[in-house]
Amino acid sequence: MPNVNKDQEIISVKIGAEAGQGVKSAGLMLAKLAIRSGYHIYNQIEYPSLIKGGHNVLQVNISKSEVTAPRKVNDILIALNQDTINKHITEFSNDSGLIFDSEAKIDTSKVPSNVALLGVPLSKIAKESGNSDLLINTVALGAVTAVLGGNLTILNNLIAEEFGSKGEEVVKVNVSAAEQGFKHITENYKKNLRAFLSPSDSVSNFVPYMAVDGNESVALGAISAGLQFAAIYPMSPVSNILAVLAENQEKFGYIYKQPEDELSAINMSIGASYAGARSMTATSGGGFCLMTEGYGLAGMTETPLVIIEGMRPGPATGLPTWSDQGDLQMILNAHQGDFPRIVLAAGDAKEAFELTMQAFNLADKYQTPVVLIIDKNICENSQSFPLYDFAGYKVDRGRFSTEKVENYKRYELTADGISQRTVPGAGNFFVANSDEHDEEGYSTEDPEIRIKMMEKRMNKLKVCKKEDMQKPQLYGPENADVTIVSWGSNKGTILQALKELENVNYVHINWLSPFPSEALSEMLSKSKYILNVECNYTGQMAKLIRENTQIKIDENFLKYDGRQIFPEEIIDAVNKIRSKK
Amino acid sequence: MTKMSDLQTPHFPNWCPGCGDLNIWGAFKNAAVKEGWDSSNTAIVAGIGCHGHIVNFIKLNSFEGLHGRALPVAAGVKMANNRLNTFVFTGDGDCFGEGGNHFIHTCRRNHDLTVLIHDNALYSLTTGQTSPLTAHGFKTKSTPQGNPDEPFNPLTLAIISGATFVARAYSGDMPKLTELIIEANKHKGLAVIDILQPCVTFNKVCTHGFYQENTYYLESEYDPSDKNKALERASEFGDKKIPLGIFYRSERPSYEDQLLQIKEKPLIETPVERSSAVELFKKYT
Repeated sequence: MPNVNKDQEIISVKIGAEAGQGVKSAGLMLAKLAIRSGYHIYNQIEYPSLIKGGHNVLQVNISKSEVTAPRKVNDILIALNQDTINKHITEFSNDSGLIFDSEAKIDTSKVPSNVALLGVPLSKIAKESGNSDLLINTVALGAVTAVLGGNLTILNNLIAEEFGSKGEEVVKVNVSAAEQGFKHITENYKKNLRAFLSPSDSVSNFVPYMAVDGNESVALGAISAGLQFAAIYPMSPVSNILAVLAENQEKFGYIYKQPEDELSAINMSIGASYAGARSMTATSGGGFCLMTEGYGLAGMTETPLVIIEGMRPGPATGLPTWSDQGDLQMILNAHQGDFPRIVLAAGDAKEAFELTMQAFNLADKYQTPVVLIIDKNICENSQSFPLYDFAGYKVDRGRFSTEKVENYKRYELTADGISQRTVPGAGNFFVANSDEHDEEGYSTEDPEIRIKMMEKRMNKLKVCKKEDMQKPQLYGPENADVTIVSWGSNKGTILQALKELENVNYVHINWLSPFPSEALSEMLSKSKYILNVECNYTGQMAKLIRENTQIKIDENFLKYDGRQIFPEEIIDAVNKIRSKK
Repeated sequence: MTKMSDLQTPHFPNWCPGCGDLNIWGAFKNAAVKEGWDSSNTAIVAGIGCHGHIVNFIKLNSFEGLHGRALPVAAGVKMANNRLNTFVFTGDGDCFGEGGNHFIHTCRRNHDLTVLIHDNALYSLTTGQTSPLTAHGFKTKSTPQGNPDEPFNPLTLAIISGATFVARAYSGDMPKLTELIIEANKHKGLAVIDILQPCVTFNKVCTHGFYQENTYYLESEYDPSDKNKALERASEFGDKKIPLGIFYRSERPSYEDQLLQIKEKPLIETPVERSSAVELFKKYT
């Protein structure tokens, strides 16, 4: 097994418990502690589709330099139940420790002998601090902070911020619980203490980084871009987009509406956009199936719309809380007939933020739906980024007017295919028509008008290719022996692997339609071997590349078990190609 | 001021001679002239079916959407611009077959829309198949042995689902229909008019003559605020016993009335700007 952590520069802490025991909030608190101490983080969360019980785990990866992927091993395992030990017993690193509740009946006999057993009376301290099982994860947080050499003041500040809204008493018992956990470790396990997480500077002087996931980033991007209307039906893994949007709607003045289904979601958003509002919807693959008819309606009526598609494994209900990239070809081809589909795919939360903002401008400029694809790993895994900077962003509503326009024709034939858009209520007559239509929007079956309208709509994609489409991004050396090509959340894993690989580079694709054929051809033609990496069964990106560039990729690493790719797997795949020489 | 000629488009209706759609079209235009509806204050959303062609024959801003989906489009329009007088033209197949779920939820939310249902109890643009409102035993192309399904009652469904203005009209009585459309449009909240109309081509039973013979208007002393009474009267249906008029009317805040974001002015009257979302970022540090 290749070692992705030669110099122990990443510390991985995994917290495991039943659903409902606060794994996510504890992991996020630890991540923020690390960020405030001057470190980077990558949080990976895995959980089944239920609310109580089951097995939830969260791995916090902490590093001095950027960390963008989960690891196969853990340096510290915090087991809030027996199940966590049993399920992750093979994942201990060479220098690792196990934090567990010494008061509970926990069997550690099968834990490898080189693992430091750091028993802490978690439930007893929780009981003493505030008589609540809910405090167990706070005690554990104090304990792990001590093991890592973290700063207790920073942790206490975080607790005060997190629980402040619940009252002073809640803050007090949580601070006490954390302090007791911290103290127990420092007093009983002196030789196991690491000086890893000591704040790099003074506590108050931390770099303003965020720990943010893709869902949050999409919502923040939409709000930043001046969102006016969103209708989103809940579905894993994108539900948290609507939670952030719903929470902030009155403050920022936009409307979030929970509709009765995804059919309604997309049609409401189209209606709001027709009336002039900057609109979006979001869903996962199953919901997108229902939205398919609305997707083409937006294309035919030339109504701007941003659609976020957060992929999870299909078909049907599939694996609801896991990740996959099997929706690519569906999104590129969904709906009957041809219309200009602009499709983007983000590789991480920051890209999701930026591409969401850009998607609104593209939708308005080209008056057509823009789909931004993300996947569960992007949706729900948090990563540290500097505060998003969007000072350079300008709202571009394209050819849009709310005023009276003389001799108005909604679908006027123009050189670039884009017509003047206006709103109902401005006094300009037009029909936004799902039937084929003439320049004013009246239904027509005239073959000549049909041809002109088809060409008008499809021409927008050509203009977009010229004026807005971005080339794939190249990471690593310009010339390399092996070029990895991939998309979506695989980006983080591949970048992490690249740190351990020589003579390998990575081509990251985030424009899928229109497709950067020429630029990609040039990038891929430089290397000896091309390795395509995807999380689906059929290699849907490889097909897209072949369709557009005639390049047939022979080496494919395809994963479709719902689990995120580990950097180790990429390194193995590259080595395998090289050993074939 | 809206003149009849202002509503004229270059296209003359392509409905069958005698079709009830022609009456609904005429009554709506009469109402528009009376009330001054034009492209500065009104929008129409239509579904797919014979009724949907209406967007080509009335010169008012329109959106012709997909089969069954007119209601959510209209709800989106109204939320984005609550100053727009928003009408939905839909058919019984459109609204209750493919769009049944949207109908229930639009009623319960009480969006401030006026919904005009072209109810010929048939799918006619697809040449005459049974609809969710087709009578039991009725023979159509898809039910040559007679319709085995029971129809449901769109009026009682609307009332129990939460619509706050529920009426039935007959397309042939254009003056009354005109009045009713105006009345429904003045109502704050979801107004539904189920408009009985003949399909002159595919329905040889429910003809103009049939409706003229079997319908009557609710008594002038009828009180539409009584929900139980409304359900009772709306359930009446039979020989010479099809009541017309306003069955139910109640006051409760419309969906749009409850949105703080549009208390001062419609959503779209604030221009889109890059927002100061930076303040939200702190939560993640």
